[in-house]
Amino acid sequence: MNKPKFFRTFVHDMHLEKLQLSNFRNYENQFFEFSEGLNCIVGKNGSGKTNLLDAIYFLSLCKSSIHSQDALSIKFDEDYTQIEGRFGEELITCSLIRGGKKSFFYDKVPYEKLSEHIGKYPVVLIAPDDTDLIRDGSETRRKLFDGILSQIDADYLKLYLSYNKSLDQRNSLLKQFAEHNYFDEDLVRIYSDQLLATGKKIHAFRKEFVETLIPLFKKHYDEISDGREEVNIVYTSDWFDQNFEEAFHKSIGTDLAAQRTTKGIHKDDFEFWMEEKPVKKFGSQGQKKSFIMAIRMAQFDILTQTKNQKPILLLDDIFDKLDEKRIQKLVEMVDAGVFGQVFLTDARPNRTKELLKNISVKFVEIV
Amino acid sequence: MNYPSKLIEDAVNEISRLPGIGKKSALRLALHLLKSEKNQTQHLSDALINLVEKTTYCLECHNISDSDICMICSSHRRDMSILAVVQDFKDVLAIENTSQFQGKYHVLGGIISPIQGIGPNDLNIESLIERIKANSEIKEIILALSPTMEGDTTAFYIKKKLKDLDVKVSTIARGIPIGGDLEYTDEITLGRSILSRIEF
Ligand SMILES: [Zn+2]
Repeated sequence: MNKPKFFRTFVHDMHLEKLQLSNFRNYENQFFEFSEGLNCIVGKNGSGKTNLLDAIYFLSLCKSSIHSQDALSIKFDEDYTQIEGRFGEELITCSLIRGGKKSFFYDKVPYEKLSEHIGKYPVVLIAPDDTDLIRDGSETRRKLFDGILSQIDADYLKLYLSYNKSLDQRNSLLKQFAEHNYFDEDLVRIYSDQLLATGKKIHAFRKEFVETLIPLFKKHYDEISDGREEVNIVYTSDWFDQNFEEAFHKSIGTDLAAQRTTKGIHKDDFEFWMEEKPVKKFGSQGQKKSFIMAIRMAQFDILTQTKNQKPILLLDDIFDKLDEKRIQKLVEMVDAGVFGQVFLTDARPNRTKELLKNISVKFVEIV
Repeated sequence: MNYPSKLIEDAVNEISRLPGIGKKSALRLALHLLKSEKNQTQHLSDALINLVEKTTYCLECHNISDSDICMICSSHRRDMSILAVVQDFKDVLAIENTSQFQGKYHVLGGIISPIQGIGPNDLNIESLIERIKANSEIKEIILALSPTMEGDTTAFYIKKKLKDLDVKVSTIARGIPIGGDLEYTDEITLGRSILSRIEF
């Protein structure tokens, strides 16, 4: 059997050395070389700095951080894109065909499932418009934590994909019951049992994850904001009900009327609190940014611990979007060598030079 | 593409409708047929017309058949006490090629998937129940379905429907492929293989 190797013996010093982009977003054909430390991507606005970060994100997580539709990552008017990155001895290739397949290769050998690749090269992205996470509905926050958990544990990703499949099937079935005016208890029960079996495990993962995340998150928030506000993340889920399985089966009447599954982990939320109030309503713009940065830093810590390697850190346009104090905190951390390989974008290279004068920066210029 | 002849263009258009065949391959096939003996092409078109006009489905097992009862169902050498439930005709072929199965088949004609609009009533499940009820010699049903979520759902559903009937229900074993490496086997497969271990 021709299968990629998933087990690396040396996990340290993993960094992206080379990157070849073909027809990715605004790049037709471009080759990049990076340093294992700080890489500053400079270029005018609209030159594709964010797209370069997104290519790295895509190569690691098999999807774009910007577009939910894969095809939008392909250069306009082209039919395919390829991203190829070299991490030491390991060559990762992603190929995407418009209206066709998305494939990933490890040293030219295709992965059977993308879930085998996700999480091998962890990344953490800090982007200014991350505050959507606070403003949007619960789905955006579930996506955030599902994304982190999927990087941490391949089993979680499998459970998550399987749960969504069962959920889609059950919801389609509920619609068909309504459309054709019939009911098949045996069949709906099979999907219910699938959802309960995977949902229970997903809930346990999420619960444990939030418990690990909270102290790290609070520590980072205190550092970023000088510890003035009391912050918290509260995980809410139907599964905290002791008799949830029974309640789930009993809600079949509601489900039939709604033509969708009304209870379960797809309704979970991760509530963001500040001084006992929702951050969404009462936090200032600065506090919201600190909140998200602290979550990202905690994500960085957890990934470092579980992967035994520092994730690649992508900092998109932070010097323009963060205030002086928060930039200073971040610069101190970069200076102190907290991070491994870092990519940051800046339209003004002199500013980066000035801010990070104590460490060597590789400038990657985009024209 | 511009073709030198309308006749070639028509042939290419028709051939390229087949799955997995693009215009280029279709043109190559059309030119090949032109160069071949005329009666070879005649045989091919006869075979195709017979295929669509004369092929029917077996009334017993719903397998593709030349007559009302297929060759497997009418064979005296097949074991009537055991039925393998499969998704479609291709699975019958696959199992027949192993030469390991002497029983008969029941072809569902698909697999339960509400997303694709396929429910139990679109499949030959009711006729399976009728067949078991009408034939007391049937003792065992093997659910030989793919180990996917849809396959498992369909298997569970059929098992529920058969629970009041006097038949043993089994499922094909799921395990590590021959030549496979234990280390690289996913944990679900490995877990199932350990649970359904056999005496050695
Ligand atoms: Zn038959």
